[in-house]
Amino acid sequence: MTPDTIDQIFVITKHWLLGYVPSALQPIVSAILSVVPILVLFPLLFAITTVLERKGLGRIQNRYGPNRVGPYGFSQPIADGIKSLTKEDVIPRSADQVVHFLAPLLLVLAAFLGYAILPIGRNMVITNLNAGLLYFFAIGSMVELAVFMAGWSSRSKYSLLGAMRAVAQMISYEIPLVLASVVIIMATGSLSTVAIVEQQAHYTYSLPHWFVFTPWGFAGFLAFMVAATAESNRSPFDLPEGESEIIAGYYIEYSGFKFALFFLGEYLGMFATSGLAITLFLGGWSAPFSFLTWVPSYLWFFAKLLVLICIFIWIRGTLPRLRQDQLMNLAWKFMLPMTLINIFTAALWHFMPAGILRWLACTALLVIPCIALSRGLKQGKKLQVRTYRFAE
Amino acid sequence: MSPLNGYLLLSALLFSIGLAGALTRRNAILVLIGIELMLNAANLNLIAFWRYGPNPAALTGIMFTIFSISVAAAEAAVGLGIILAVHRHTKTTDLDQMNSMKG
Amino acid sequence: MTVIFLILAAITIAGTAAAMSLRSAIHCILALTIGLVGLAALYLLLGAQFVGFTQILVYVGAVAILAVFAIMMTQGPGKTIQPILSTNWPAGILVAAAVFAILAWAIRSTPAHSTPTQPDATVNQIGAALMHHYVLPLEIMGLLLTAALIGAVIIAMPEKKEPQ
Repeated sequence: MTPDTIDQIFVITKHWLLGYVPSALQPIVSAILSVVPILVLFPLLFAITTVLERKGLGRIQNRYGPNRVGPYGFSQPIADGIKSLTKEDVIPRSADQVVHFLAPLLLVLAAFLGYAILPIGRNMVITNLNAGLLYFFAIGSMVELAVFMAGWSSRSKYSLLGAMRAVAQMISYEIPLVLASVVIIMATGSLSTVAIVEQQAHYTYSLPHWFVFTPWGFAGFLAFMVAATAESNRSPFDLPEGESEIIAGYYIEYSGFKFALFFLGEYLGMFATSGLAITLFLGGWSAPFSFLTWVPSYLWFFAKLLVLICIFIWIRGTLPRLRQDQLMNLAWKFMLPMTLINIFTAALWHFMPAGILRWLACTALLVIPCIALSRGLKQGKKLQVRTYRFAE
Repeated sequence: MSPLNGYLLLSALLFSIGLAGALTRRNAILVLIGIELMLNAANLNLIAFWRYGPNPAALTGIMFTIFSISVAAAEAAVGLGIILAVHRHTKTTDLDQMNSMKG
Repeated sequence: MTVIFLILAAITIAGTAAAMSLRSAIHCILALTIGLVGLAALYLLLGAQFVGFTQILVYVGAVAILAVFAIMMTQGPGKTIQPILSTNWPAGILVAAAVFAILAWAIRSTPAHSTPTQPDATVNQIGAALMHHYVLPLEIMGLLLTAALIGAVIIAMPEKKEPQ
C-alpha cells in the first residue's frame, strides 16, 4: 500500500463500486456514493463536537464537563440524542404550523448543501463547480430566511425579537465574509475551490504556499473567522440566542427533535464555514511541510477542521458576549473598511516585485489602518472610568 | 414545440402571474413583489434566448441578466423604503385607502 | 420537453401562483422564495451557473429578507388586512389573461429553431467581459447601487421630531 493508494482509497473504492452498476444508473449511484459519506460523517463530527465543547468549556470555566455517561463522559451525545428524540414536541397553538415545521428543515438543508464544494481530499470533492464559492455564499444566505421563519412562526415576542436581531447580524456579517474571500479569488483567479486548493499545494524549501502565510491572507483569515463566528451565531456573537439575555431567542418555542435540528444546523454551518476557511486560507488538504505529504490528504483536512473547532470553543469560553450595537458597529465600521483595505493590499502584493519590501509595505498597509480605526472608533465613545459600588 | 418555445411560454406565464398579482392585491408590498416577479420572468426570457439564440459566445444574455438583477434589487430596496415611509405617515399599506393627495 | 424542465416549471409556477394568491403576506413571500429558487434551478439547467447562484444570493438572500422585514414592520405578527383583493380585481385578472394570451399566440406562431450546442460561460469569461466590454455599465451599476443605498436609508429614516 503506497501512500498514494491510501490517499486515494475512497476514490478507488468508489470507482470499483461503480463498476458493478449498469451504466444507465451510474450518475445517480455516483452522486449517492459521494453524498452519503458526508451525510454520515458530519453529523458524527457534530456529536463529537458537542461533547468536546461541553468538556472544553467546563475545563476553561474550572469545572469538569459531563463525565457520567460512558468513559469520561464521551458517550454524552447518545444520551442527548435519546433525550431530544423522545421529548414531547410542543407547538404553540397560535403558531403558524407549516412555517413552524419547515424552518428547521430549511436550516439543516442549507447547512448540508454547503458541503458540496468542499475538497476534503485530493480528488475528493462532491462537485467541482466553476462558480463554487458563489454557490457557497448563495446557500449561506438561505440560512437567514430559515432563521426568520423560525422566529416569526412562533408568534411570540421574544422569538420575533431574537429572529430580527439574528437576521440583522447575519446580513451585516455576510459582507465582510464575502469580501475576505474576494482577496483569495483575486489571488487565484478562479471561483472553483478545487483550483484554489491546487494553487496552495506547492512547497518552497518545504514551506507551503498557503495563503494564510501572506499579510493579506492572514488579515483575510482573521476577518473570515470573525465573520464566520458571527454568521453561525456563536459566542461572542450569540446575542440572538443568548441564554441569559433573550432565553434562546428565535428557537424558544421549539422543543424535542426540532430543537436538536436547529442545533445540528448551526453546528453544521460552523463546520462548513470552517471547511471553507481551510480551503481558502489554510491550503485545504495539503500538508504543512513537504516531508509530511505521505499522510493522506483527508486526514490533514480533518486535522485542520478539528483545530479550527477547538479555536471556536476556546473563543466561546473566553470572550464575553457583544451587545447588538457593538456587534453592528464592528461589522460596518471596522470590518468593512478593513476588508476593503485588505483587497487593496492584496492587489499591491500582486504588483510589487517579490522581496522584503513587499512584506513591509503590505504589513504596514494593514496594521496602520487597523490600529487607527480601532483607536478612532474608541474615541467616539466617551467611556467612563469604571467604578464599583459594593453593598455595605 | 422546441425547448426555446417552452421557456418563452413559461416566462410569459410567470409574467402574467406577476401582472395579475400587481394589479389585484391590496397590500403595497405584494404589488412590489409582483413587479419583481415580472422582472424575473424577463430575466428567464433573456437567459433562454442566450442559450438557444444565435451567438451565445458573446454572453450578452448573461450580462443583461446580471445588470437586470442588480437594478431589480436596488429598485426593491428603494420601493420598500418608500412603502415604509408612507406607512409611517398613513398607518396603512392598503392601496385602496391611499386614494387622496392630502396630508 | 425534458422531464426535469417540466418538474422545475411546475414548481416555479406553483410557487409564484401561491405568492400572488395567499392570504397572509409572509406566506406569499415564502412561496415567492420557492418560485425564485425554481427559477434559479432553471437558470442552472440552461447552463448559466453564475446567474443562477447570483439569483439565489440576491433575490432569496436579500430581496426576500427585505420584503419580510417590511411586512413585519408595517403589519406586526398575526394581523392580516381583511380583504386581500383590491376593489376592481376582475379587471386586473382580465388584463393579465389578455397579456398572456397575446404572448402565447406570439410564441406559438414563431417557428422552431435548431438548438445550438451548449455554450460555455465560465466565470472567467464573464469577468473578462465585465472588465473589458461592459466596464461602463458596471461602473454605472456601482453608482446606481450607491444611490439606491443612500436613498433607501434616507427615505426610510424616521424624521427627527423638532423640539417644541
